[in-house]
Amino acid sequence: MDATISPKVQETSGITPLGVAAPPRAGGIRISPINKRRWQNFKANRRGYWSLWLFAAMFLLSLFAEFIANDKPFLVKYAGQYYFPALFTYTETAFGGEFETAADYRDPYVQKLISDSAGYMVWPPIRYSYDTHNLDLPTPAPSKPTWLLTEKECQPVVERKGLRGCADLEWNWLGTDDQGRDVLARLIYGFRISVLFGLVLTVISSIVGVAAGAVQGYFGGWTDLLFQRFIEIWTSIPSLYLLLIISSVLVPGFFVLLGILLLFSWVSLVGLVRAEFLRGRNFEYVQAARALGVSNAKIMFRHLLPNAMVATMTFLPFILSSSVMTLTALDFLGFGLPPGSPSLGELLSQGKANVQAPWLGLTGFFAVAIMLSLLIFIGEAVRDAFDPRKAFA
Amino acid sequence: MTAMTGSAEKLIEVRDLSVAFRQGERELLAADRVSFDIKPGETVALVGESGSGKSVTALSILKLLPGSARHPSGSIRFKGRELMKLSEREIRHVRGNDITIVFQEPMTSLNPLHTVERQIAEVLELHAGVSGGAARARVVELLAQVGIPDPQSRLASYPHQLSGGQRQRVMIALALANEPDLLIADEPTTALDVTVQAQIIKLIKDLQARLGMAVLFITHDLGIVRKTAERVCVMRQGRIVEQGAVADVFADPQHPYTRELIAAEPKPDPAPLQPGAPAVIRADDLKVWFPVRRGFLRRTVGHIKAVDGVSIEVRKGETLGVVGESGSGKTTLGLAILRLISSQGPIVFMGKPLQGLKFKGMLRFRRDMQIVFQDPYGSLSPRMSLSDVIEEGLWVHHPGMPKAEREERVIRALVEVGLDPETRFRYPHEFSGGQRQRIAVARTLVLEPTFIVLDEPTSALDMLIQAQIVDLLRALQKRRELTYLFISHDLRVVAALASRVVVMRHGKVVEEGPAAELFARPKTDYTRALFAAAFNLETAAEGVVAQ
Repeated sequence: MDATISPKVQETSGITPLGVAAPPRAGGIRISPINKRRWQNFKANRRGYWSLWLFAAMFLLSLFAEFIANDKPFLVKYAGQYYFPALFTYTETAFGGEFETAADYRDPYVQKLISDSAGYMVWPPIRYSYDTHNLDLPTPAPSKPTWLLTEKECQPVVERKGLRGCADLEWNWLGTDDQGRDVLARLIYGFRISVLFGLVLTVISSIVGVAAGAVQGYFGGWTDLLFQRFIEIWTSIPSLYLLLIISSVLVPGFFVLLGILLLFSWVSLVGLVRAEFLRGRNFEYVQAARALGVSNAKIMFRHLLPNAMVATMTFLPFILSSSVMTLTALDFLGFGLPPGSPSLGELLSQGKANVQAPWLGLTGFFAVAIMLSLLIFIGEAVRDAFDPRKAFA
Repeated sequence: MTAMTGSAEKLIEVRDLSVAFRQGERELLAADRVSFDIKPGETVALVGESGSGKSVTALSILKLLPGSARHPSGSIRFKGRELMKLSEREIRHVRGNDITIVFQEPMTSLNPLHTVERQIAEVLELHAGVSGGAARARVVELLAQVGIPDPQSRLASYPHQLSGGQRQRVMIALALANEPDLLIADEPTTALDVTVQAQIIKLIKDLQARLGMAVLFITHDLGIVRKTAERVCVMRQGRIVEQGAVADVFADPQHPYTRELIAAEPKPDPAPLQPGAPAVIRADDLKVWFPVRRGFLRRTVGHIKAVDGVSIEVRKGETLGVVGESGSGKTTLGLAILRLISSQGPIVFMGKPLQGLKFKGMLRFRRDMQIVFQDPYGSLSPRMSLSDVIEEGLWVHHPGMPKAEREERVIRALVEVGLDPETRFRYPHEFSGGQRQRIAVARTLVLEPTFIVLDEPTSALDMLIQAQIVDLLRALQKRRELTYLFISHDLRVVAALASRVVVMRHGKVVEEGPAAELFARPKTDYTRALFAAAFNLETAAEGVVAQ
């Protein structure tokens, strides 16, 4: 065959292997030319590239949610001393109060104690945490976003607190939910927990799935046969019902949910990795490694896993988005995270229950839609990046 | 002679044809101002190494190149008609009708889901408008013409039910269906066994004589050129460096590259027989039987006897050549001896029995017995740098070796196989096939083995490179007193290297003996047929070899 017909051969013929001896390095890590090429392909997909940055920025911001939306100031100066309530818990007595309980910095009494000592408080931009109830609601909860309130609606609160108008109220940018909690604060925390949950679930189920697929594909034969049948039976269990049963027995916390979802989500990668290993185990370089006496575990790890990683990496963003989706769905049904936790699914179910308060449903909808769209866009770009036709072209 | 009459007697005229491929931002020139012409009924060979642009040139004639290709210059006149200017619709009429093509790989060129009849009838219906009973009769006629026995019964066969040679015959029948004026044969025999290759070449020659068509024969094998073509164009790096009558070019090559190519046949200089030397490896009555299981309970109903009672012995410093057609069990034998697949029958390495040893027990022998595979593209992990590839064995067998020493041994191995050690951080895809095969050899050498199985190490390489690898293997054998088991279907290479030869067929040894004696006086018909096909491209009497 002539070189120019097959792209695989094409690359080798034109390049003389003489020249620079040092491997390409970037930041002390060796980056293989293939990976460099992939990164360029990824960047070439502008939508995916920008989605990655946007998503990363949002996720990074949400990691610092305590400094963005919190009912505790992050710095208090009281009697010449500095306190960091966002990080540590102080009792009210620390600020000269009466109770041994944790200080409530939103309480006008505590605020007065601090300002009387010539101290001050530095607040995050949003003075609510996800579980803070706004006690000064102008309308019954769920309450509108502050910028939608009329002066008439504000009047009772404005008069009671001696303010001038609606604009002087503590703002709920996206309104409150049916318990008077700030929706924006809950959104930020909810986004964080969704993504974290999704990431952890994705990573663990990928590890389990890749390991299972690798063993099946590499050893084949009976191992493969029995494992495959097991997976077939396992996946035919209706997972949602099982989840409902388990969550009625166990209290569904973050890790319990993670464990339960993991029981079923690890299967998604098995078929893919198994196929890669089945294909790869007869490659000549794997045979060559066997002839060298390299152990099975090493062959799987060094020679075959990199092949399977391409498929795995391509799938990761999609698995991540489906993990997020699953958690949201469970929360929506009320079988997810414990009551009171900030969650997008709970926000959506509140929106469903309170159709008269569209800010709940709309916020939930846009949050989920934007998050999943970004993940899908990233996923598409990753797929482009790992596309062998593009990586070698 | 005027220009008018000159072009009239030429079937096809290619002038200044260039082909460029877009690759990222760069453009690669695959063919550079190629000019040649073919007269009706003539056979012209395009010869050159892979990457020289010969296939690209041929594919341009039918506009079969992918979208990333374009033609910066050139004209192709076929019977006075400019092909370059034809629309997709018009060129489709030329394809399969006036000019047809036979590709290298018969398995992938035929649609696996269509029967033989349907594939050929499709072409007939498309171009000649023949269908139904008339088409069937023509298909039978064509199949008979290309020498398929009992064509009537073959009509309903699918490609996988045919042998490689038969598939290539069907491909040729397809190409002949509409009696083309020009047949382009793009390495039609490269994927076939020597014996089948000889048959296919004979078939093309016969058909050409009978139908009076011209043939453009693309090959890298000079033996085929000499046998088939009247004129030859030697291509290198996209250019035709020399063209002329075959007899003239072979007798008096003008261009240095042509001279090099003609001289590239591996010189026979095998390692001498070592009658007194100890046996490095011995196998007695070795069997590799793959069970055939049928039915619901997967009962074993029979066995495929890949290797069926083979006894061999290789003495220190000797090279044992194992030859045979594909499917004769040569490679299986090599793998079984290294205990890479399970087998029955004793295998003794340096006086120690290997059968029954577990992974751990085998480990200490692995260092001394190594293997080099056929496909240099498949045998190196694309994700490991050269240094990682070569080092791997050291990690296994000398886990405690300090980094500096490891590196030094890698460098030494690279130097030994003639590669620049400075390139050791590069990745395999940056190297050519010959260089990759050198890397594969370096990987085995770094462990300082005594015995190496060479499983068709030259089959995937160009002629010139083949000769270089053969030289390298020979030099290494002399320097290190290596013992080789050389598996190949290419008898010229075996003749160049082997001190003793074993001829295998259907898993059994047909004939064995010292190489010189065996090549001079083959005893069995099968061996004689094999030699005739390999050295003279001659076909054997029916029944001796597979079709």
